[in-house]
Formats: sequence, structure tokens, C-alpha cells
Amino acid sequence: MRLEHPAVVRLSHWAAAIAVVVLVMSGLEIFAAFPSFGSKVPQRDLLALPEAVRLGGWLGGALQWHMTFAALLVAIGSIYAVYQAGSGNYRQVLFAGRDVPGLRPMVRHYLLRGPKPTEGGTYNPLQKLAYTAVLGLGVVLAVTGAALYKPVQFAWLVTILGGFRLVRIWHFAAMCALLAFIPGHLLMVGLHGWRNFASMWVGFRD
Amino acid sequence: MDADTSRRSLRRRELLKMTPLAAAGLLLNARSREWLVGSGLELGDRASALAFRSTHLAPVFAVRDVTPYERFPLNSYLVDDPEVDLDGWRLSVSGLIQRPGEYTLEALRRLPRVVQNTRHICVEGWDVIGSFGGVRIADFLAHVGADAGARFLEVRCHDDYYESVDIESARHRQSLLCDEMYGGPLSRGHGAPLRLVMPTKLGYKQAKYLASIHVTSVLAARRGYWEDQGYGWYGGI
Repeated sequence: MRLEHPAVVRLSHWAAAIAVVVLVMSGLEIFAAFPSFGSKVPQRDLLALPEAVRLGGWLGGALQWHMTFAALLVAIGSIYAVYQAGSGNYRQVLFAGRDVPGLRPMVRHYLLRGPKPTEGGTYNPLQKLAYTAVLGLGVVLAVTGAALYKPVQFAWLVTILGGFRLVRIWHFAAMCALLAFIPGHLLMVGLHGWRNFASMWVGFRD
Repeated sequence: MDADTSRRSLRRRELLKMTPLAAAGLLLNARSREWLVGSGLELGDRASALAFRSTHLAPVFAVRDVTPYERFPLNSYLVDDPEVDLDGWRLSVSGLIQRPGEYTLEALRRLPRVVQNTRHICVEGWDVIGSFGGVRIADFLAHVGADAGARFLEVRCHDDYYESVDIESARHRQSLLCDEMYGGPLSRGHGAPLRLVMPTKLGYKQAKYLASIHVTSVLAARRGYWEDQGYGWYGGI
């Protein structure tokens, strides 16, 4: 029996999963208050979001959900980062230069054009790339979120990011990128079966 | 692993398993959910207030960056024009001050005048850069002899809107009692004859059609029209 996922990783994974659902849905409710990236006068709405994908009931309620779960996710992310850095376990997940040669065979395998490469660690190079990108998106979302929430106190950050309106676009685009990850992730979980899924809860596959 | 360690690790494991249950319980109970869901804004407000520096100025903009007047939105909660009697208008000032009373616009205008191009950000997410003229709230507070121990300003408006702000933000040098926009007197829609302009706060804090200012060290239960429904009270940006 080999420990695949340490407890901190498992806890932060599931806590983050819940937080991401709440943040996306409340974020869409916030966006619905001004569904545009342009001027207020004249206002050009980009999309009408169905109520089923929104959380909070109205802007004020959504802001409450959003800020609370943003704070939770930042706390979880910080614990995760400290643990990964301190334990050296980050090597398990962070994509590095040595993973590059393994990418091609893995892509070929996923496209059913090659045998399954022998796995070196818990995650294959393609997985590492995906997870590293998601972690990076988390950082982008937190930073752009802070700049949006306190654009005067973080005025320097707003300047670096290209101005207030662009910060809203970055924040939204990062959410879209994160959303793009989820279906593929769930598909892979489905394909790899129960034991793989259970391992994310108990740490082992036995 | 000896028996004792194993038992300890088992207990830790059981406790860990309880955390999702505890979290679900917090969210299912209406009262604890309200507390939990509201705590994020509360925390953000508190952090924002702690990080507030009176010397940190909001960005100011060149004339060419200012949003054209006709594209500066009118945003009211009730009516665009509460039909204020502009000729008979007085600002009623009370509370922890040495010179309470009714102040005319002329009296206000004798204080040093300020014109600034600053960004107005709505909680909804839109923003405009406006040109605002008026007098500093700090100067007015000195003029009426506000108490050094005062902590809040409560304002009431002619459209029954009400607001309150912390006195540190009110004393910020870009916080204005604004009676001019774009070089002309404030229009009725934008809050004539006097409104708050505070580029360190969200738009809903910047009350229009001012009727009275109350200086206090204890905040009333009704803190602000939108805040009482769920927006953050501090509203700092």
C-alpha cells in the first residue's frame, strides 16, 4: 500500500472543489449585476445567465458568498502551499522540465495511438501539466480578485494588470480557463474507475 | 507504530472525517449560515480598514481620461430627482461638534475649494472617471469643530437614502462635500445641491441630495440603505 495523496492534499482538494463551485456560481451572480466589460453608458450586455447557475439571490448576497469562500480558498491554498513546499511533496504535482519528454507519448496514448507509458510518479506528465496550470489559475484568480476588490489600495497591481477594466476581464477569463479544466478532469476520473477516485478520499488504492 | 500512536492517529482520522459534517451543519442551519456567509465581507472590510492610510491617495486622472459628462451614469435607488428646494436648502449638522446648526451652500463654499478627476466605482462592477468639485470633508469638520474622539459620520438624504462612514475615510484629503461636477453646479440627478464624493469608497457610500450630517462615536443600528440589506458597511476599495 503506497500513500498516493497525503491528508493535506486530499482535504484541500475537496475543500477547494466546494469553494470553486460556490465562487463560480456567486461570481456569475455578481457578473449578472453588470454583464459587460465596457462602459455603463451605453451599456452592452454580453450574456444573460440563467438563475440556475447563479448563487446568492442578488448582488449583495452573492458578494457575501464570494468573499467568504474566497477567504476560505486563500486559507486552504496557503496551507496547501506551505505543506507542499515544506514536505517536498510539490514534486509530485508541479510540472518541471524533466516532464517534457513524457508529454508526447502520453498525448499519443490518450489519442489511442500508442501504448500507456510506464508511470514514474503518482501523476503522468500531462496530469502534472494540467494540475500545475490549475494551481497557477488559482493564483491568478486570487491576485486579480484582490485587485478588483480593493482597486485603490492595490492601485499598483491594477496598473501592472493593465487597468481596472482589464482586471475584470482577466478575472473572468481565468474563471473560464478553470471551467475548461473541470469536464476533462471529471471524464478522466470516470475513466479511471472507483479505486482511483476512492484514493482521493482515503489516500491509498488497495 | 505502537498501540498508543495508532490510537491517536485513529482519533485524528475520526476528527478529520467530522470536518465535512461540521461544515455541512454550519451551512444547513440558517443562523450559522448567515454568520458564515457574511463573515467574508466582514473580514475584507476589517483588513481594508486596517490597511487604510490617510496619505495613500486614489489615482487622479488627466482631463482627457475623464468620462464625458453625458456618459456618467445616473444611479438612484428611488428617484432621480427628489425635488429638493434648492433655494431654501440648508445642511443640518449635529452631534459631537462645537458649532451645530444649519449651514448654507454659501457658508460651505467659503472653505478652500478642490477639483479632482477621480474614478467612481460601482459595486456592480462598472466604473467612470468624473470631474468633481467641492470642499474637503476634513475642512468642514474642522470648521464645525468636530470632536477629536468622533468616529463616524451619519448622513441623511432628501430621497430618504442614508449612509454612514468611518471618520478616517471621511477625513481623507480626497473625500469631498461635492457641489460641482464637470465645472458646473451639481445637477438634480447627480445629487443637487450637495453629495459625498469619496474615491476610496464604493459608489453606494457616496450619498446624494444631502440633508444632514451627524458626527458620532456610536453607529446607529441603521447603518446605510444598502448595507442594512447585505452590502459591506466599510465599502472601501
